[in-house]
Amino acid sequence: MVYSPKLSKFLESYGIVLVLIVMMVVIAMTRPDVFLTPQNLTNIIKQNATLALVALGMLVVIITAGIDLSVGSTLALSMVTLAIASKAGVPWPVVLVIGPMVGLAVGFVNGVGLTWLKLPHPFIMTLGTLNAVRGITYLVTDGAPVSGLQPEVRYLGQAYYDLGIFAPPAGIPASLILVAVCAIGLWYFLEKTNIGRHIYAIGGNPQAARVSGINVERVLVIVYMICGFMAGLGGLLLAGRTDSGFPNAGIMLELDAIAAVIIGGASFFGGRGTVMGVLAGVLIMGLLRNGLNINNVSSFWQMVLIGVVIIFAVWIDVVRRRAAVRR
Amino acid sequence: MAQSATASAAPLLEARGIAKYFGAITALHDVNFHVGAGEVLGVVGDNGAGKSTLMKILSGLYKPSEGELVFEGQPVSFSSPKDARLKGIEMVYQDFALAGNMAIYENIYLGREPGRKLGPITFVDHNKAREMAAEHLDNLHIHVKSVDQNTEDLSGGQRQAVAIARATAFHARVVIMDEPTAALAIKEVGKVLDLIRRLKDHGVAVIIISHRMDDIFYCCDRVMALYQGTNFAEAPLTDTSRNEVIGWIMGTKGHTEALAHDRLQ
Ligand SMILES: Nc1ncnc2c1ncn2[C@@H]1O[C@H](COP(=O)(O)OP(=O)(O)O)[C@@H](O)[C@H]1O
Ligand SMILES: [Mg+2]
Repeated sequence: MVYSPKLSKFLESYGIVLVLIVMMVVIAMTRPDVFLTPQNLTNIIKQNATLALVALGMLVVIITAGIDLSVGSTLALSMVTLAIASKAGVPWPVVLVIGPMVGLAVGFVNGVGLTWLKLPHPFIMTLGTLNAVRGITYLVTDGAPVSGLQPEVRYLGQAYYDLGIFAPPAGIPASLILVAVCAIGLWYFLEKTNIGRHIYAIGGNPQAARVSGINVERVLVIVYMICGFMAGLGGLLLAGRTDSGFPNAGIMLELDAIAAVIIGGASFFGGRGTVMGVLAGVLIMGLLRNGLNINNVSSFWQMVLIGVVIIFAVWIDVVRRRAAVRR
Repeated sequence: MAQSATASAAPLLEARGIAKYFGAITALHDVNFHVGAGEVLGVVGDNGAGKSTLMKILSGLYKPSEGELVFEGQPVSFSSPKDARLKGIEMVYQDFALAGNMAIYENIYLGREPGRKLGPITFVDHNKAREMAAEHLDNLHIHVKSVDQNTEDLSGGQRQAVAIARATAFHARVVIMDEPTAALAIKEVGKVLDLIRRLKDHGVAVIIISHRMDDIFYCCDRVMALYQGTNFAEAPLTDTSRNEVIGWIMGTKGHTEALAHDRLQ
Protein backbone atom coordinates (compact mmCIF):
# COMPACT_ATOMS: atom_id res chain seq x y z
CA MET A 1 0.00 0.00 0.00
CA VAL A 2 1.32 3.43 -0.92
CA TYR A 3 1.89 6.20 1.56
CA SER A 4 -0.98 8.57 1.02
CA PRO A 5 -2.27 10.69 3.89
CA LYS A 6 -4.88 12.13 1.51
CA LEU A 7 -6.30 8.71 0.68
CA SER A 8 -6.28 7.89 4.38
CA LYS A 9 -8.12 11.07 5.31
CA PHE A 10 -10.62 10.57 2.53
CA LEU A 11 -11.34 6.97 3.55
CA GLU A 12 -11.63 7.97 7.18
CA SER A 13 -14.15 10.75 6.51
CA TYR A 14 -16.16 9.39 3.62
CA GLY A 15 -15.32 5.69 3.28
CA ILE A 16 -18.35 4.56 5.20
CA VAL A 17 -20.69 7.00 3.46
CA LEU A 18 -19.38 5.64 0.15
CA VAL A 19 -20.17 2.10 1.25
CA LEU A 20 -23.69 3.16 2.25
CA ILE A 21 -24.36 4.87 -1.09
CA VAL A 22 -23.04 1.92 -3.10
CA MET A 23 -25.24 -0.45 -1.09
CA MET A 24 -28.34 1.65 -1.61
CA VAL A 25 -27.72 1.92 -5.35
CA VAL A 26 -27.16 -1.82 -5.71
CA ILE A 27 -30.25 -2.74 -3.67
CA ALA A 28 -32.35 -0.13 -5.48
CA MET A 29 -31.26 -1.58 -8.82
CA THR A 30 -32.14 -5.14 -7.85
CA ARG A 31 -35.62 -4.28 -6.55
CA PRO A 32 -36.49 -0.73 -7.64
CA ASP A 33 -40.19 -1.54 -7.13
CA VAL A 34 -39.80 -2.35 -3.43
CA PHE A 35 -36.68 -0.81 -1.94
CA LEU A 36 -37.37 2.87 -2.43
CA THR A 37 -41.02 2.79 -1.35
CA PRO A 38 -41.70 4.97 1.70
CA GLN A 39 -43.12 1.95 3.47
CA ASN A 40 -39.95 -0.11 3.06
CA LEU A 41 -37.74 2.77 4.15
CA THR A 42 -39.97 3.37 7.18
CA ASN A 43 -39.64 -0.29 8.03
CA ILE A 44 -35.85 -0.28 7.79
CA ILE A 45 -35.73 2.54 10.30
CA LYS A 46 -38.23 0.98 12.71
CA GLN A 47 -36.52 -2.39 12.60
CA ASN A 48 -33.10 -0.95 13.30
CA ALA A 49 -33.93 1.73 15.86
CA THR A 50 -33.47 -0.69 18.76
CA LEU A 51 -30.12 -1.89 17.44
CA ALA A 52 -29.07 1.74 16.96
CA LEU A 53 -29.75 2.57 20.61
CA VAL A 54 -27.99 -0.53 21.90
CA ALA A 55 -25.02 0.01 19.57
CA LEU A 56 -24.65 3.64 20.72
CA GLY A 57 -24.34 2.36 24.28
CA MET A 58 -21.88 -0.31 23.15
CA LEU A 59 -19.80 2.39 21.44
CA VAL A 60 -19.14 4.12 24.76
CA VAL A 61 -17.95 0.84 26.28
CA ILE A 62 -15.78 -0.07 23.29
CA ILE A 63 -14.11 3.38 23.35
CA THR A 64 -12.76 2.43 26.80
CA ALA A 65 -11.42 -0.82 25.28
CA GLY A 66 -14.18 -2.67 27.10
CA ILE A 67 -17.07 -4.82 26.00
CA ASP A 68 -20.58 -5.40 27.29
CA LEU A 69 -21.99 -8.83 26.46
CA SER A 70 -25.01 -8.34 28.68
CA VAL A 71 -26.93 -5.80 26.54
CA GLY A 72 -29.24 -8.40 24.95
CA SER A 73 -30.25 -9.79 28.34
CA THR A 74 -30.58 -6.28 29.75
CA LEU A 75 -32.89 -5.35 26.90
CA ALA A 76 -35.03 -8.43 27.57
CA LEU A 77 -35.26 -7.80 31.32
CA SER A 78 -36.18 -4.13 30.74
CA MET A 79 -38.78 -5.19 28.21
CA VAL A 80 -40.51 -7.77 30.39
CA THR A 81 -40.44 -5.68 33.58
CA LEU A 82 -42.03 -2.72 31.85
CA ALA A 83 -44.56 -5.02 30.18
CA ILE A 84 -45.49 -6.59 33.52
CA ALA A 85 -45.78 -3.14 35.11
CA SER A 86 -47.90 -1.90 32.23
CA LYS A 87 -50.27 -4.85 32.49
CA ALA A 88 -50.46 -4.39 36.26
CA GLY A 89 -51.83 -0.91 35.66
CA VAL A 90 -48.85 1.13 36.82
CA PRO A 91 -49.31 4.69 35.45
CA TRP A 92 -47.67 4.96 32.04
CA PRO A 93 -45.18 7.74 32.87
CA VAL A 94 -43.73 5.41 35.51
CA VAL A 95 -43.72 2.47 33.10
CA LEU A 96 -41.76 4.56 30.59
CA VAL A 97 -38.87 5.05 33.00
CA ILE A 98 -38.84 1.44 34.22
CA GLY A 99 -37.02 0.11 31.14
CA PRO A 100 -34.14 2.58 31.23
CA MET A 101 -33.94 2.25 35.05
CA VAL A 102 -33.52 -1.52 34.81
CA GLY A 103 -30.80 -0.87 32.24
CA LEU A 104 -29.05 1.61 34.55
CA ALA A 105 -29.18 -0.93 37.37
CA VAL A 106 -27.62 -3.73 35.32
CA GLY A 107 -25.01 -1.29 34.03
CA PHE A 108 -24.21 -0.27 37.61
CA VAL A 109 -23.72 -3.91 38.59
CA ASN A 110 -21.44 -4.42 35.57
CA GLY A 111 -19.38 -1.32 36.32
CA VAL A 112 -19.06 -1.89 40.03
CA GLY A 113 -18.36 -5.61 39.61
CA LEU A 114 -15.68 -4.84 37.09
CA THR A 115 -13.93 -2.19 39.16
CA TRP A 116 -14.39 -3.32 42.76
CA LEU A 117 -13.82 -7.01 42.12
CA LYS A 118 -10.91 -6.03 39.87
CA LEU A 119 -11.93 -8.66 37.34
CA PRO A 120 -9.29 -9.02 34.65
CA HIS A 121 -11.56 -8.07 31.75
CA PRO A 122 -15.13 -6.75 31.29
CA PHE A 123 -15.72 -9.82 29.10
CA ILE A 124 -15.90 -11.90 32.30
CA MET A 125 -18.20 -9.63 34.29
CA THR A 126 -20.63 -9.08 31.42
CA LEU A 127 -20.57 -12.76 30.43
CA GLY A 128 -21.74 -13.36 33.98
CA THR A 129 -24.53 -10.80 33.78
CA LEU A 130 -25.46 -12.00 30.27
CA ASN A 131 -26.44 -15.29 31.88
CA ALA A 132 -27.69 -14.04 35.23
CA VAL A 133 -29.92 -11.30 33.80
CA ARG A 134 -31.38 -13.62 31.17
CA GLY A 135 -32.11 -16.10 33.94
CA ILE A 136 -33.89 -13.42 35.99
CA THR A 137 -35.88 -12.51 32.88
CA TYR A 138 -37.12 -16.11 32.58
CA LEU A 139 -37.80 -16.28 36.32
CA VAL A 140 -40.02 -13.19 36.41
CA THR A 141 -41.99 -14.26 33.32
CA ASP A 142 -41.93 -18.04 33.75
CA GLY A 143 -40.56 -17.96 30.24
CA ALA A 144 -43.83 -16.75 28.72
CA PRO A 145 -44.31 -13.49 26.76
CA VAL A 146 -46.28 -10.68 28.37
CA SER A 147 -48.51 -8.82 25.94
CA GLY A 148 -51.03 -6.00 25.90
CA LEU A 149 -49.33 -2.71 26.80
CA GLN A 150 -50.83 0.71 27.43
CA PRO A 151 -50.94 2.78 24.21
CA GLU A 152 -48.76 5.50 25.77
CA VAL A 153 -46.06 2.92 26.48
CA ARG A 154 -46.21 1.66 22.92
CA TYR A 155 -46.02 5.16 21.45
CA LEU A 156 -42.24 5.53 20.98
CA GLY A 157 -41.88 2.12 19.39
CA GLN A 158 -44.92 2.32 17.18
CA ALA A 159 -45.94 5.86 16.26
CA TYR A 160 -44.99 7.55 13.03
CA TYR A 161 -45.80 10.89 11.51
CA ASP A 162 -47.06 10.82 7.92
CA LEU A 163 -46.82 14.63 7.81
CA GLY A 164 -49.64 14.59 5.28
CA ILE A 165 -47.27 13.46 2.52
CA PHE A 166 -46.84 9.74 3.18
CA ALA A 167 -49.56 7.16 2.81
CA PRO A 168 -49.92 5.01 5.95
CA PRO A 169 -48.16 2.93 7.18
CA ALA A 170 -45.25 5.04 5.95
CA GLY A 171 -43.88 8.13 7.68
CA ILE A 172 -41.23 9.43 10.05
CA PRO A 173 -41.19 6.93 12.96
CA ALA A 174 -41.12 8.31 16.50
CA SER A 175 -38.31 5.82 17.13
CA LEU A 176 -36.17 7.67 14.57
CA ILE A 177 -36.62 10.85 16.55
CA LEU A 178 -35.65 9.07 19.76
CA VAL A 179 -32.53 7.66 18.09
CA ALA A 180 -31.65 11.10 16.74
CA VAL A 181 -32.05 12.73 20.15
CA CYS A 182 -29.92 10.03 21.81
CA ALA A 183 -27.27 10.23 19.09
CA ILE A 184 -26.98 14.00 19.33
CA GLY A 185 -26.98 13.90 23.13
CA LEU A 186 -24.31 11.22 23.20
CA TRP A 187 -22.20 13.02 20.61
CA TYR A 188 -22.36 16.19 22.69
CA PHE A 189 -21.48 14.28 25.86
CA LEU A 190 -18.51 12.51 24.27
CA GLU A 191 -17.08 15.54 22.47
CA LYS A 192 -17.87 18.47 24.71
CA THR A 193 -17.82 17.31 28.32
CA ASN A 194 -14.82 16.44 30.45
CA ILE A 195 -16.25 13.00 31.28
CA GLY A 196 -16.68 12.29 27.57
CA ARG A 197 -13.06 13.23 26.92
CA HIS A 198 -11.95 11.13 29.92
CA ILE A 199 -13.71 8.14 28.32
CA TYR A 200 -11.51 8.55 25.22
CA ALA A 201 -8.42 9.09 27.38
CA ILE A 202 -9.07 5.88 29.32
CA GLY A 203 -9.36 4.01 26.02
CA GLY A 204 -6.15 5.57 24.72
CA ASN A 205 -4.01 5.11 27.84
CA PRO A 206 -5.60 4.32 31.21
CA GLN A 207 -2.36 5.12 33.04
CA ALA A 208 -2.29 8.60 31.47
CA ALA A 209 -5.86 9.11 32.62
CA ARG A 210 -5.02 7.94 36.14
CA VAL A 211 -1.99 10.18 36.62
CA SER A 212 -3.99 13.10 35.24
CA GLY A 213 -6.18 12.81 38.30
CA ILE A 214 -9.09 11.10 36.53
CA ASN A 215 -11.05 8.67 38.70
CA VAL A 216 -10.88 5.84 36.16
CA GLU A 217 -13.06 3.47 38.19
CA ARG A 218 -15.83 6.02 38.55
CA VAL A 219 -15.78 6.85 34.85
CA LEU A 220 -15.98 3.14 33.99
CA VAL A 221 -19.04 2.70 36.20
CA ILE A 222 -20.66 5.63 34.38
CA VAL A 223 -19.72 4.06 31.04
CA TYR A 224 -21.39 0.72 31.80
CA MET A 225 -24.42 2.55 33.19
CA ILE A 226 -24.77 4.51 29.94
CA CYS A 227 -24.57 1.24 28.01
CA GLY A 228 -27.21 -0.37 30.24
CA PHE A 229 -29.43 2.70 29.98
CA MET A 230 -29.34 2.55 26.17
CA ALA A 231 -30.16 -1.18 26.23
CA GLY A 232 -33.12 -0.43 28.51
CA LEU A 233 -34.30 2.29 26.15
CA GLY A 234 -33.96 -0.23 23.32
CA GLY A 235 -36.19 -2.55 25.34
CA LEU A 236 -38.81 0.19 25.58
CA LEU A 237 -38.80 0.66 21.79
CA LEU A 238 -38.98 -3.05 21.06
CA ALA A 239 -41.79 -3.53 23.58
CA GLY A 240 -43.71 -0.74 21.86
CA ARG A 241 -43.13 -2.10 18.38
CA THR A 242 -44.12 -5.66 19.26
CA ASP A 243 -46.76 -4.81 21.90
CA SER A 244 -45.18 -7.32 24.27
CA GLY A 245 -42.33 -8.23 26.53
CA PHE A 246 -40.85 -11.51 25.44
CA PRO A 247 -38.15 -13.14 27.49
CA ASN A 248 -36.27 -14.39 24.43
CA ALA A 249 -35.81 -10.87 23.04
CA GLY A 250 -32.32 -9.68 22.24
CA ILE A 251 -30.57 -13.04 22.19
CA MET A 252 -27.27 -12.44 20.32
CA LEU A 253 -28.13 -8.74 20.12
CA GLU A 254 -24.78 -7.97 21.79
CA LEU A 255 -23.00 -9.40 18.76
CA ASP A 256 -25.00 -7.25 16.33
CA ALA A 257 -24.24 -4.19 18.45
CA ILE A 258 -20.52 -4.96 18.56
CA ALA A 259 -20.57 -5.60 14.80
CA ALA A 260 -22.27 -2.26 14.11
CA VAL A 261 -19.74 -0.40 16.26
CA ILE A 262 -16.77 -2.09 14.60
CA ILE A 263 -18.18 -1.67 11.07
CA GLY A 264 -18.61 1.98 12.04
CA GLY A 265 -14.85 2.33 12.44
CA ALA A 266 -14.39 2.12 16.21
CA SER A 267 -11.23 0.40 17.40
CA PHE A 268 -11.60 -2.76 19.41
CA PHE A 269 -8.48 -1.68 21.30
CA GLY A 270 -10.18 1.46 22.54
CA GLY A 271 -9.73 5.18 22.14
CA ARG A 272 -11.43 5.47 18.77
CA GLY A 273 -15.01 5.53 17.54
CA THR A 274 -17.72 8.02 16.66
CA VAL A 275 -21.47 8.32 16.97
CA MET A 276 -21.78 8.96 13.21
CA GLY A 277 -19.78 5.83 12.48
CA VAL A 278 -22.03 3.70 14.67
CA LEU A 279 -25.19 5.03 13.00
CA ALA A 280 -23.63 4.22 9.62
CA GLY A 281 -22.65 0.76 10.88
CA VAL A 282 -26.22 0.08 12.00
CA LEU A 283 -27.56 1.28 8.64
CA ILE A 284 -25.13 -0.92 6.73
CA MET A 285 -26.29 -3.98 8.64
CA GLY A 286 -29.93 -2.97 8.28
CA LEU A 287 -29.65 -2.28 4.55
CA LEU A 288 -27.85 -5.54 3.99
CA ARG A 289 -30.60 -7.50 5.74
CA ASN A 290 -33.34 -5.56 3.98
CA GLY A 291 -31.71 -5.88 0.56
CA LEU A 292 -31.34 -9.63 0.96
CA ASN A 293 -34.86 -9.99 2.38
CA ILE A 294 -36.58 -8.21 -0.46
CA ASN A 295 -34.54 -10.31 -2.88
CA ASN A 296 -35.72 -13.45 -1.03
CA VAL A 297 -32.23 -14.50 0.00
CA SER A 298 -32.36 -16.87 2.98
CA SER A 299 -31.43 -15.63 6.44
CA PHE A 300 -28.58 -18.17 6.47
CA TRP A 301 -26.93 -16.32 3.63
CA GLN A 302 -27.57 -13.07 5.49
CA MET A 303 -25.43 -14.34 8.36
CA VAL A 304 -22.64 -15.33 6.00
CA LEU A 305 -22.69 -11.92 4.35
CA ILE A 306 -22.76 -9.97 7.61
CA GLY A 307 -19.75 -11.96 8.71
CA VAL A 308 -17.94 -11.02 5.51
CA VAL A 309 -18.88 -7.36 5.93
CA ILE A 310 -17.48 -7.24 9.47
CA ILE A 311 -14.15 -8.60 8.28
CA PHE A 312 -14.16 -6.34 5.22
CA ALA A 313 -14.92 -3.24 7.29
CA VAL A 314 -12.03 -3.86 9.64
CA TRP A 315 -9.74 -4.63 6.72
CA ILE A 316 -10.64 -1.26 5.12
CA ASP A 317 -9.58 0.33 8.39
CA VAL A 318 -6.27 -1.55 8.31
CA VAL A 319 -5.69 -0.29 4.75
CA ARG A 320 -6.53 3.22 5.83
CA ARG A 321 -4.07 3.12 8.71
CA ARG A 322 -1.32 1.74 6.52
CA ALA A 323 -1.90 4.49 3.98
CA ALA A 324 -1.43 7.01 6.79
CA VAL A 325 2.00 5.70 7.77
CA ARG A 326 5.15 6.72 5.92
CA ARG A 327 7.69 3.96 5.51
CA MET B 1 25.73 27.55 37.60
CA ALA B 2 25.40 25.59 40.81
CA GLN B 3 24.01 27.79 43.55
CA SER B 4 24.56 26.39 46.99
CA ALA B 5 22.61 29.43 48.28
CA THR B 6 19.37 28.11 46.83
CA ALA B 7 20.20 24.60 47.94
CA SER B 8 20.54 25.59 51.57
CA ALA B 9 17.41 27.78 51.66
CA ALA B 10 14.36 26.39 53.48
CA PRO B 11 13.21 23.40 51.46
CA LEU B 12 10.03 23.65 49.41
CA LEU B 13 9.35 19.92 49.53
CA GLU B 14 10.76 17.56 52.08
CA ALA B 15 10.40 13.85 52.84
CA ARG B 16 11.39 12.42 56.23
CA GLY B 17 12.07 8.80 57.12
CA ILE B 18 10.26 7.39 54.11
CA ALA B 19 9.78 3.64 53.77
CA LYS B 20 7.82 1.83 51.10
CA TYR B 21 6.99 -1.87 51.11
CA PHE B 22 5.44 -3.86 48.28
CA GLY B 23 4.44 -7.00 50.11
CA ALA B 24 7.70 -8.67 51.08
CA ILE B 25 9.80 -6.28 49.01
CA THR B 26 11.32 -3.24 50.72
CA ALA B 27 11.62 -0.68 47.94
CA LEU B 28 12.61 2.20 50.23
CA HIS B 29 13.68 2.57 53.87
CA ASP B 30 14.77 5.59 55.96
CA VAL B 31 14.86 7.91 52.99
CA ASN B 32 15.26 11.61 53.62
CA PHE B 33 14.86 14.06 50.83
CA HIS B 34 14.51 17.78 50.21
CA VAL B 35 14.43 20.20 47.32
CA GLY B 36 14.21 24.01 47.27
CA ALA B 37 12.53 26.49 44.96
CA GLY B 38 14.61 27.19 41.86
CA GLU B 39 16.82 24.24 42.60
CA VAL B 40 17.54 21.47 40.13
CA LEU B 41 18.22 18.22 41.95
CA GLY B 42 19.66 15.19 40.21
CA VAL B 43 18.72 11.78 41.60
CA VAL B 44 20.95 8.88 40.64
CA GLY B 45 21.12 5.24 41.56
CA ASP B 46 21.38 1.78 40.09
CA ASN B 47 18.37 0.04 38.56
CA GLY B 48 16.04 -0.96 41.36
CA ALA B 49 17.57 1.54 43.82
CA GLY B 50 14.11 2.99 44.42
CA LYS B 51 14.29 6.25 42.47
CA SER B 52 10.99 5.87 40.67
CA THR B 53 9.23 4.67 43.81
CA LEU B 54 10.41 7.72 45.76
CA MET B 55 9.22 10.04 43.00
CA LYS B 56 5.84 8.33 42.82
CA ILE B 57 5.46 8.93 46.56
CA LEU B 58 6.34 12.61 46.14
CA SER B 59 3.80 12.93 43.32
CA GLY B 60 0.98 11.22 45.19
CA LEU B 61 0.75 8.06 43.07
CA TYR B 62 1.92 5.86 45.98
CA LYS B 63 1.38 6.35 49.69
CA PRO B 64 4.49 5.91 51.82
CA SER B 65 4.39 2.93 54.22
CA GLU B 66 6.26 5.04 56.78
CA GLY B 67 7.47 8.62 57.07
CA GLU B 68 6.02 12.00 56.20
CA LEU B 69 5.99 14.59 53.46
CA VAL B 70 6.39 18.26 54.27
CA PHE B 71 5.45 20.96 51.78
CA GLU B 72 6.33 24.58 52.58
CA GLY B 73 6.90 23.57 56.20
CA GLN B 74 3.47 21.92 56.54
CA PRO B 75 2.97 18.15 56.80
CA VAL B 76 0.97 16.93 53.80
CA SER B 77 -0.48 13.61 52.76
CA PHE B 78 -1.57 12.82 49.21
CA SER B 79 -4.13 10.18 48.41
CA SER B 80 -3.83 10.64 44.64
CA PRO B 81 -1.80 12.58 42.06
CA LYS B 82 -4.69 15.03 42.07
CA ASP B 83 -3.87 16.08 45.66
CA ALA B 84 -0.20 16.58 44.82
CA ARG B 85 -1.11 18.55 41.71
CA LEU B 86 -3.26 20.88 43.81
CA LYS B 87 -0.07 21.78 45.70
CA GLY B 88 1.78 22.31 42.41
CA ILE B 89 3.74 19.05 42.48
CA GLU B 90 3.81 17.53 39.01
CA MET B 91 5.47 14.49 37.57
CA VAL B 92 6.67 13.69 34.05
CA TYR B 93 6.53 9.92 33.81
CA GLN B 94 9.20 7.76 32.26
CA ASP B 95 6.77 6.58 29.57
CA PHE B 96 5.32 10.13 29.24
CA ALA B 97 1.80 8.88 30.16
CA LEU B 98 0.12 10.54 27.20
CA ALA B 99 -3.10 9.44 25.53
CA GLY B 100 -1.87 8.83 21.97
CA ASN B 101 -5.37 8.97 20.53
CA MET B 102 -5.86 12.52 21.70
CA ALA B 103 -4.64 15.90 20.54
CA ILE B 104 -1.67 17.68 22.10
CA TYR B 105 -3.87 20.35 23.66
CA GLU B 106 -6.22 17.77 25.16
CA ASN B 107 -3.33 15.91 26.75
CA ILE B 108 -1.97 19.10 28.28
CA TYR B 109 -5.29 19.88 29.97
CA LEU B 110 -6.46 16.31 30.59
CA GLY B 111 -8.26 16.22 33.94
CA ARG B 112 -8.17 20.02 34.18
CA GLU B 113 -10.14 21.05 31.11
CA PRO B 114 -11.05 24.73 30.83
CA GLY B 115 -14.75 25.47 30.44
CA ARG B 116 -18.04 26.09 32.19
CA LYS B 117 -18.50 23.90 35.25
CA LEU B 118 -21.75 22.36 36.43
CA GLY B 119 -21.22 20.09 39.43
CA PRO B 120 -18.76 17.36 38.40
CA ILE B 121 -19.25 18.14 34.70
CA THR B 122 -17.17 20.62 32.73
CA PHE B 123 -18.44 21.74 29.35
CA VAL B 124 -15.06 21.82 27.69
CA ASP B 125 -14.14 25.00 25.85
CA HIS B 126 -11.99 23.37 23.15
CA ASN B 127 -11.04 26.65 21.50
CA LYS B 128 -9.86 28.14 24.77
CA ALA B 129 -7.85 24.98 25.49
CA ARG B 130 -6.24 25.21 22.03
CA GLU B 131 -5.30 28.86 22.57
CA MET B 132 -3.97 28.23 26.07
CA ALA B 133 -1.95 25.26 24.86
CA ALA B 134 -0.45 27.17 21.93
CA GLU B 135 0.51 30.06 24.21
CA HIS B 136 1.97 27.80 26.87
CA LEU B 137 4.02 25.82 24.35
CA ASP B 138 5.25 29.12 22.94
CA ASN B 139 6.41 30.25 26.39
CA LEU B 140 8.34 27.01 26.75
CA HIS B 141 9.84 27.47 23.24
CA ILE B 142 8.29 24.16 22.18
CA HIS B 143 7.40 23.99 18.51
CA VAL B 144 4.74 21.69 17.10
CA LYS B 145 2.97 21.76 13.75
CA SER B 146 -0.42 22.10 15.38
CA VAL B 147 -1.86 21.59 18.85
CA ASP B 148 -4.49 19.42 17.14
CA GLN B 149 -1.96 16.72 16.26
CA ASN B 150 -2.47 13.45 18.11
CA THR B 151 0.45 12.71 20.41
CA GLU B 152 0.94 9.28 18.79
CA ASP B 153 2.09 11.13 15.66
CA LEU B 154 4.91 12.93 17.51
CA SER B 155 8.59 12.09 17.88
CA GLY B 156 9.96 11.01 21.27
CA GLY B 157 11.33 14.47 21.99
CA GLN B 158 8.05 16.14 21.07
CA ARG B 159 6.14 13.75 23.32
CA GLN B 160 8.52 14.50 26.16
CA ALA B 161 7.99 18.21 25.52
CA VAL B 162 4.20 17.77 25.64
CA ALA B 163 4.51 15.81 28.88
CA ILE B 164 6.60 18.65 30.35
CA ALA B 165 4.09 21.20 29.06
CA ARG B 166 1.32 19.29 30.84
CA ALA B 167 3.34 19.25 34.07
CA THR B 168 3.90 23.00 33.91
CA ALA B 169 0.52 24.11 32.61
CA PHE B 170 -0.75 25.28 36.01
CA HIS B 171 1.91 27.15 38.01
CA ALA B 172 3.90 24.10 38.97
CA ARG B 173 6.11 24.53 42.05
CA VAL B 174 7.88 21.18 41.84
CA VAL B 175 8.39 19.25 38.60
CA ILE B 176 9.64 15.68 38.86
CA MET B 177 11.09 14.04 35.76
CA ASP B 178 11.81 10.33 35.60
CA GLU B 179 14.61 9.73 33.10
CA PRO B 180 13.52 12.59 30.85
CA THR B 181 16.18 11.94 28.23
CA ALA B 182 16.34 8.14 28.21
CA ALA B 183 13.94 7.69 25.30
CA LEU B 184 15.18 10.59 23.19
CA ALA B 185 17.34 10.96 20.11
CA ILE B 186 20.62 12.76 20.84
CA LYS B 187 19.60 15.97 19.10
CA GLU B 188 16.41 16.13 21.18
CA VAL B 189 18.19 15.78 24.52
CA GLY B 190 19.66 19.31 24.47
CA LYS B 191 16.25 20.86 23.92
CA VAL B 192 14.76 19.07 26.90
CA LEU B 193 17.69 20.04 29.14
CA ASP B 194 17.35 23.67 28.11
CA LEU B 195 13.68 23.41 28.96
CA ILE B 196 14.63 22.22 32.45
CA ARG B 197 16.93 25.20 32.92
CA ARG B 198 14.14 27.55 31.86
CA LEU B 199 11.89 26.03 34.53
CA LYS B 200 14.59 26.69 37.12
CA ASP B 201 14.80 30.31 35.99
CA HIS B 202 11.07 30.56 36.73
CA GLY B 203 11.71 29.46 40.32
CA VAL B 204 10.40 25.94 39.86
CA ALA B 205 12.03 23.15 41.84
CA VAL B 206 13.05 20.44 39.39
CA ILE B 207 13.96 16.88 40.26
CA ILE B 208 15.58 14.82 37.53
CA ILE B 209 16.27 11.11 37.63
CA SER B 210 18.95 10.30 35.09
CA HIS B 211 21.64 7.78 34.28
CA ARG B 212 23.40 10.21 32.00
CA MET B 213 26.17 12.16 33.75
CA ASP B 214 25.99 14.69 30.90
CA ASP B 215 22.41 15.53 31.90
CA ILE B 216 23.23 15.78 35.58
CA PHE B 217 26.31 17.94 35.10
CA TYR B 218 24.59 20.17 32.53
CA CYS B 219 21.66 21.33 34.58
CA CYS B 220 21.71 20.23 38.22
CA ASP B 221 22.63 22.23 41.33
CA ARG B 222 22.90 19.21 43.60
CA VAL B 223 23.04 15.49 43.14
CA MET B 224 21.80 12.78 45.47
CA ALA B 225 22.33 9.05 45.21
CA LEU B 226 20.08 6.22 46.38
CA TYR B 227 21.55 2.79 46.91
CA GLN B 228 19.49 -0.31 47.70
CA GLY B 229 16.48 1.69 48.76
CA THR B 230 18.08 4.33 50.98
CA ASN B 231 20.16 7.53 50.94
CA PHE B 232 23.75 6.86 50.01
CA ALA B 233 25.40 10.21 49.35
CA GLU B 234 24.72 13.72 48.15
CA ALA B 235 26.64 16.86 47.34
CA PRO B 236 26.35 20.20 45.57
CA LEU B 237 27.49 19.73 42.01
CA THR B 238 30.47 22.03 42.57
CA ASP B 239 31.82 19.70 45.26
CA THR B 240 31.77 16.48 43.29
CA SER B 241 32.83 14.93 40.03
CA ARG B 242 31.46 12.57 37.45
CA ASN B 243 33.62 9.75 38.67
CA GLU B 244 32.53 10.20 42.25
CA VAL B 245 28.86 10.18 41.26
CA ILE B 246 29.39 7.07 39.13
CA GLY B 247 31.02 5.50 42.20
CA TRP B 248 27.92 6.35 44.30
CA ILE B 249 25.68 4.63 41.77
CA MET B 250 27.79 1.48 42.18
CA GLY B 251 27.80 1.81 45.95
CA THR B 252 31.39 3.00 46.49
CA LYS B 253 32.27 6.16 48.36
CA GLY B 254 35.22 8.39 49.13
CA HIS B 255 37.95 6.66 47.15
CA THR B 256 37.40 7.97 43.68
CA GLU B 257 41.11 7.70 42.90
CA ALA B 258 41.02 4.00 43.56
CA LEU B 259 38.57 3.32 40.75
CA ALA B 260 40.23 1.15 38.17
CA HIS B 261 38.53 3.22 35.57
CA ASP B 262 40.50 6.31 36.74
CA ARG B 263 43.84 4.65 37.09
CA LEU B 264 43.75 3.51 33.50
CA GLN B 265 43.43 7.07 32.17
N1 LIG C 1 4.57 -1.75 42.06
C1 LIG C 1 5.59 -2.50 42.56
N2 LIG C 1 5.34 -3.72 43.09
C2 LIG C 1 6.35 -4.47 43.60
N3 LIG C 1 7.62 -4.09 43.62
C3 LIG C 1 7.95 -2.90 43.12
C4 LIG C 1 6.94 -2.03 42.54
N4 LIG C 1 7.54 -0.90 42.11
C5 LIG C 1 8.84 -1.05 42.37
N5 LIG C 1 9.10 -2.24 42.98
C6 LIG C 1 10.41 -2.71 43.43
O1 LIG C 1 10.98 -1.71 44.19
C7 LIG C 1 12.37 -1.57 43.91
C8 LIG C 1 12.68 -0.17 43.45
O2 LIG C 1 12.12 0.02 42.15
P1 LIG C 1 12.19 1.41 41.39
O3 LIG C 1 11.74 2.48 42.29
O4 LIG C 1 11.45 1.25 40.11
O5 LIG C 1 13.74 1.57 41.08
P2 LIG C 1 14.49 2.54 40.08
O6 LIG C 1 13.53 3.50 39.52
O7 LIG C 1 15.55 3.17 40.93
O8 LIG C 1 15.12 1.67 39.02
C9 LIG C 1 12.68 -2.65 42.89
O9 LIG C 1 13.19 -3.77 43.60
C10 LIG C 1 11.36 -2.97 42.28
O10 LIG C 1 11.31 -4.29 41.84
MG1 LIG D 1 12.88 3.86 37.41
